[in-house]
Amino acid sequence: MLDDFFVRALLAGIAVAFIAGPLGCFIVWRRMAYFGDTIAHSALLGVAAGLALNLDTTLAVFIVAAVVALALLFLERRTHLAGDVILGILSHSTLALALVLIALLNGINVDLLAYLLGDILAVSKDDILVMSGAGAVSLAGLAMIWRPLLADTADTELARAEGLRPERARAVYMLLLAGVIALAMNIVGILLITALLIIPAATARRFAAGPEHMALIAAGLGAVCVAGGLFGSLALDTPSGPSIVAAAFAVFAGSLALASIQDRKNH
Amino acid sequence: MKPGRTRGRGAAGNAPFLARARDLGIRRGGRWLVRHVDLTVRRGEIVTLIGPNGSGKSTTARALLGLLKADEGHIETKSGLSVGYVPQAFAIERTLPLSVARLMTLTGRHERSAIRAALGDVGIEDLIDAPVQRLSGGEFQRAMLARALVRKPDLLVLDEPAQGVDFAGEIALYDRIGAIREQRGCGILLISHDLHIVMAQTDTVVCLNGHVCCSGTPQNVSENPEYRRLFGPAAARRVAVYRHHHDHAHAPDGAIIPTEPGDHA
Repeated sequence: MLDDFFVRALLAGIAVAFIAGPLGCFIVWRRMAYFGDTIAHSALLGVAAGLALNLDTTLAVFIVAAVVALALLFLERRTHLAGDVILGILSHSTLALALVLIALLNGINVDLLAYLLGDILAVSKDDILVMSGAGAVSLAGLAMIWRPLLADTADTELARAEGLRPERARAVYMLLLAGVIALAMNIVGILLITALLIIPAATARRFAAGPEHMALIAAGLGAVCVAGGLFGSLALDTPSGPSIVAAAFAVFAGSLALASIQDRKNH
Repeated sequence: MKPGRTRGRGAAGNAPFLARARDLGIRRGGRWLVRHVDLTVRRGEIVTLIGPNGSGKSTTARALLGLLKADEGHIETKSGLSVGYVPQAFAIERTLPLSVARLMTLTGRHERSAIRAALGDVGIEDLIDAPVQRLSGGEFQRAMLARALVRKPDLLVLDEPAQGVDFAGEIALYDRIGAIREQRGCGILLISHDLHIVMAQTDTVVCLNGHVCCSGTPQNVSENPEYRRLFGPAAARRVAVYRHHHDHAHAPDGAIIPTEPGDHA
């Protein structure tokens, strides 16, 4: 029997997967998995800031993640350090700062594991509305910047020379990424958000004939993984986030096995 | 087709300019990459940039495209200029599934019939649905040219388009570029990696070495003392102005004509 909280988590999770899949494709194409991870980790700083300032957690996470994402865009061009070093510094510093800040806010009872690993019990009816609405808005936003962002992904100078505005598309993309991280935090948790972004997209690559096709498959696979993971979580009494990511990994591994069987047939 | 020499400069000389650099200087890390560069590309004109590695050919072209900010001088472009760009060493990420048809619509929407026609123009119409990662170097280079052409650009900028293409492919490419100018009347800025072969259809050759070392018709440049000093007499002797095969012309042997004062740095 499906409990109410479970249906809520399922609907919210599928809404998030629909936007995470297409956004994750760009992470795969642009080789920015570590970038996504860094922004996700900064989300805990958002949680801490939200608690300290008594703000809505999702909103605070979105703001902090957006600031970190845009700052990274800026820093990448301005420093003499390699991009991955800056990411490594920020990824762990934001996480550490957040943990310190939360420890300093003693008196507030914080379920840290729920933020880090996701907690389906935390999803309310309002959350479903917020996630579906924000997911739909994000998808519309992604559709609007799709061509310049894809052209930028292929070649920034080509996009600029031919009159597109790749910088603006990239900034919008960063905001969308911050948004989906704020939404996905409740479902898969901060530590595992990147997996929900990249595993469905990476799995979709094999089966995709074009970028739009890959985004669609990634969205569908993401929804399947969320559903599979949540059912598994319910049946085995395991935490929701890790269960979803485990399901996603199982699908990915399955696709690899399928691919090797196909390859053998073709030979 | 008329021989390239009689057409070109006369006709293009009066045509409206598409893009123009005036006393252009670009500086990076306290060093001038290029300085005092004057360059104009007009409708119907082919301008070829040559020069040694690091002489600022790509820098100049990228500044003209608005990709780099001029630190000195300025860039003017015709308002509403549409550009078709074939960047140097362009590669598509392996994880990005892209058919040739989808490559063609990377920066703008085009009808499938227009895509097919552009691919037909470069002779790879049958590859329209092939994944770009499966193309050979020559096929990919043609697809990139078709991608730029399908935009019906006023200005076509080709940065070392013959790189990675064999000699026969290079000759075929130059024929194709000459034909494109004939058919479409667009301006073409070509960056050549090869100092020794300049296509005969070129109206103006600009030889860069951080500044404009010399410029003029292909013959003028190959006989210019600055050019000879830069690349050595041996190189100068080897310069062949490649001509369209209908011309059956060979290396230049005419009298030295002084380059136009306005084209000098």
